[in-house]
Amino acid sequence: MTALAALIRRDIRIALRVGGGALIGVLFFLSVVVLMPFALGPDLALLARLGPAILWLGALLASLLTLDRLFMADHEDGSLDLIVMSRTPLELACAAKALAHWLAAGLPLIVATPVLGLLLNLDAAPTSAVALTLLAGTPALTFTGMIGAALAVTLRRGGLLLAVLVLPLSIPVLIFGVAASQAAITEPRSFGAPFSILCALSLVSLVVGPFAAAASLRHGLD
Amino acid sequence: MRLLGREVSCVRGGREVFSGLDFEATSGEALAVVGRNGSGKTSLLRLIAGLLAPFAGSIGLEGGDVELTLPEQCHYLGHRDALKTALSVSENLGFWRDFLGGAKFDPAEILARVGLDHAADSPASFLSAGQRRRLSIARLLTVQRPIWLLDEPTNALDSEGQSVFTALMTDHLARGGLIVAATHIPLGVAARELRLGDAM
Repeated sequence: MTALAALIRRDIRIALRVGGGALIGVLFFLSVVVLMPFALGPDLALLARLGPAILWLGALLASLLTLDRLFMADHEDGSLDLIVMSRTPLELACAAKALAHWLAAGLPLIVATPVLGLLLNLDAAPTSAVALTLLAGTPALTFTGMIGAALAVTLRRGGLLLAVLVLPLSIPVLIFGVAASQAAITEPRSFGAPFSILCALSLVSLVVGPFAAAASLRHGLD
Repeated sequence: MRLLGREVSCVRGGREVFSGLDFEATSGEALAVVGRNGSGKTSLLRLIAGLLAPFAGSIGLEGGDVELTLPEQCHYLGHRDALKTALSVSENLGFWRDFLGGAKFDPAEILARVGLDHAADSPASFLSAGQRRRLSIARLLTVQRPIWLLDEPTNALDSEGQSVFTALMTDHLARGGLIVAATHIPLGVAARELRLGDAM
């Protein structure tokens, strides 16, 4: 347990320091959302209708942006070799790294959502619905993204490959995340069903992600 | 305790690096792996560390901890320092101590042994190459592992650093440890030589 706590603490600390990924993700999220009203025009009703989808897309892209460093940084400086060799099971180490990444890069996106909701003319209820679905859905993005990060770790310009690998896997999360958020705006639709599926997707990725990532790291290293 | 390699072959990128290699090393003994560039010294260390899979043959440990795999009983000091430039010297060392499970060792004391105590709070990004090496050597002391796998360990070290490191290796061997080191220059401790490449 000490080992995993140390790993999580270290990764969060690095992410929060200068040059770390935590702030970059939020700034990117901010820029995507701020640009939208300029592209779509000042139609407030349209913005409110598209708001949840824009927030979800922004969050998806922002979480992808910093994901390629998840294993790449450790691979470049040799830490990954030592993590693979250590007595801590690699699956748990992967889960710890993904958790740290989510805490440092995913959570700030959710915290920023209410502020960005204002820019898209979203009321309190839809904004909190989007924040809630992001809270339930972004772990799935991180933990499935981790599989791509582990596959791309030894490749030059792996970040691009990562996007190609991970985006198709994130489609279900996007569909149910936006569906649940939209349900909070248009009353008759049910919020519970898509939200439950979103939670299920996160739980599945929480289990599958670490095993798949660890397997690909073991085979990919040389 | 005895580290044993039998008929080990290594293939990297479709090219055979070495084949049919036999080696052994016992407790208290250092094995110096020598050979020209590209003869597979680093590959051999990574095979022992479990980071590469042998193409043929086997590498095993007799008399070690039966509950642990061979890599779990090794310290690996590779070309890359495994340091995070965003963290301070003591944070770097503290992380490896906690992650490798050496809770009882005091980082400050270890830093003093490798001559880095004055730099404990400075960011690792400001360290010179020699200081980075010293810091990664400090990692070997945070937790006790019977086997040290060293890849060009004295690279970038000054003569004082080399003598500190020699003392650490002598100490490790005296306590029944085992060292496998890839090196171009004399290791500084009595070592059996394993020559890779042309002389085989």
